[in-house]
Amino acid sequence: MEMQELIDPFARLIEDVCTPAAIRAIETGGDKAGMWQAFSESGFLDALVAEYAGGAGLSLADAAPLVALLGAHAVPLPVGDTMVARALLAAAGLDAPDGPIAISTGSGAVPFATVASYVLYGSCEAPMLSAAPVEPTGVHHDVDGYTPGLDGKALRPVAAVLRALLISGAAGRVMDMTVAYSNERIQFGKPIGKQQAVQQQLSVLAEQAVAARIAAAIGARSGIPPRLADAAIAKHGASVAAGQIAAIAHAVHGAIGISEEYDLQLLTRRLHGWRLADGSEGYWSEVLGGLRSASPAIPTADFIRAA
Amino acid sequence: MRSMATFTGQLARFGVFETLTLSALPDEDEALRPALRAIIHEAIADLPLERRARSWQGFDAAFSRRLGQAGYLGLSLPTEYGGVGRGPFTRFVVVEELLSAGAPVAGHWIADRQSGPLILRFGTEAQRQFYLPRISKGEALFCIGMSEPGSGSDLASVRTRAVAQDDGGWLLNGQKIWTTNAMHSDYMIALVRTSGTGADRQQGLSQLIVDLKLPGVTIRPIVDLTGDAHFAEVFFEDVRLAPDALIGTEGQGWQQVTAELAFERSGPERIYSSVVLIDAWVRHLDAVGRRDSATLRLLGSLMAQLAVLREMSLAVTARLVAGESPVVEASLMKDLGTGFEQAVPQLIGDDLAGQPDEAIDPELYRALLYVTHIAPSFSLRGGTREILRGIIARGLGLR
Repeated sequence: MEMQELIDPFARLIEDVCTPAAIRAIETGGDKAGMWQAFSESGFLDALVAEYAGGAGLSLADAAPLVALLGAHAVPLPVGDTMVARALLAAAGLDAPDGPIAISTGSGAVPFATVASYVLYGSCEAPMLSAAPVEPTGVHHDVDGYTPGLDGKALRPVAAVLRALLISGAAGRVMDMTVAYSNERIQFGKPIGKQQAVQQQLSVLAEQAVAARIAAAIGARSGIPPRLADAAIAKHGASVAAGQIAAIAHAVHGAIGISEEYDLQLLTRRLHGWRLADGSEGYWSEVLGGLRSASPAIPTADFIRAA
Repeated sequence: MRSMATFTGQLARFGVFETLTLSALPDEDEALRPALRAIIHEAIADLPLERRARSWQGFDAAFSRRLGQAGYLGLSLPTEYGGVGRGPFTRFVVVEELLSAGAPVAGHWIADRQSGPLILRFGTEAQRQFYLPRISKGEALFCIGMSEPGSGSDLASVRTRAVAQDDGGWLLNGQKIWTTNAMHSDYMIALVRTSGTGADRQQGLSQLIVDLKLPGVTIRPIVDLTGDAHFAEVFFEDVRLAPDALIGTEGQGWQQVTAELAFERSGPERIYSSVVLIDAWVRHLDAVGRRDSATLRLLGSLMAQLAVLREMSLAVTARLVAGESPVVEASLMKDLGTGFEQAVPQLIGDDLAGQPDEAIDPELYRALLYVTHIAPSFSLRGGTREILRGIIARGLGLR
């Protein structure tokens, strides 16, 4: 199937149900059932489930643009996480329950945990579900939460790739918003985007957005579960980019960018949360450094080519 | 109040960047590595680390000829002109192997990367027949005459002038500076004014092939801060050029140069300039048995960045294979890549000197300081950081 035939309807679905107002409603504890039902009925939740198990059988690389769209629109529910969880459950011969599933990979905040019905833990080969209550982080308008007592460390690589894909989508959207704003905002008699100092910052933003997209694509290329080195490269690159992109976008937007009613914060708060989830750039660089130090005699070019 | 919905459906607006996607090297190109490695190993076995750290600044005319004889130059030139008839992917593999080892490639570098493709694209049949077979053998070495004392980033302000003569030839007067490898080269492809005045800016510029052995050409090497003399001043005093010195169309020099820059800005040389130093540092860490968390994080961070940069470089190469001229993408790639290359000596220097009680091989120290000192050039050659970001900004629709 041509991927574009899947991407376009998925983009329309998100645009219909995930407006900024709908995001704010869920972030403030509103009812999520309507938005979830739309995703559930769309069939996209089984995009990664093998065809023999009734799914669309997409590879993670195929589905990457779909996950990136979720990030680009700051969808406040674990749609991508549920796609991965349902694929893992099906592969293990388990029935997936209805309802959103978050993925817990450590003691830190789990993305979307407070708006999930279940939390996946265990490993790719032996996934397990918990319906135990989660603890909110207490961070303003956060949908993430703590899931104490669940061991999902083995799921960290696949969750890291998922997070990198979400970051890559949000990064592209933030770039669009920031470029558009800098073309509209007039200061000193001309759009601020005509100032070389601003142009140089936006160029760096664009570089980081492309780097995040390429990094995420590296993570997705080896499927589920991803190769450890691929996951490390993906999450490291996306996390580094997430921090820089959020900083530049806010710098260019000025004060309005940090106001609650302006939509930029819906994306940049996600960028920061996803950067920290499932291992930051520091965590994944240590993993990759460990792999590299295990074969010190081979040239770096060979190492990254085989990674 | 702006709403995100305003931007709906515009995610692919910057198609210029969306075209960069993961690309695989063809198997037949990957297969070139073992035989090429044998030739490289023979050439660099006795080279000290700080020589190999010179990367694509290292000059060895005999090695360039050896590569040409073995069929590793002129990779994208057609076989009827003595080339190998492959393409940018093949060149990516060969260049990656050469740079990874720290082989001295400067001799053929510019001819192979830029001048050959330029002559193929814009040259007459006679020019192709004359130059391309020798470029492919590593026997015609080229330099590029762009900068002048008054023209750096503002390249369109060049004042070197060639005046058309009655016989169809040209009389050349002026000066170029910072010309890499001019003193080792047989020819220069110079950007000069052939019509109009400086006020015409990009109009009236042309590219001329100058035989550097002609009367009236004076070359003075310039010593750099590492003690090398890799670039030079070149003076032209009433240099008489034949009609066939013109490459391409009179007055179209700017457009030709712009197209050429996509080749110059995106290759593996924009990510691997410091890789010999990285490899030596990795061996040092192994020798001293250092595997603490901070060290592994630095090591892994460099590997992760390089892995992404390599895929980006490969993605730009794929656009070249598709016949495009990805000028904006190449600028983006070069800015990111050279930023990485420049960070490497800073980070490795801090790592090594952060262990004052750990002995450092003097050869590693010399390589570290060589790369540290020459690193500013990484983001000067082929267009400064500020110029590249201006090109990216234009690609974003900001200017």
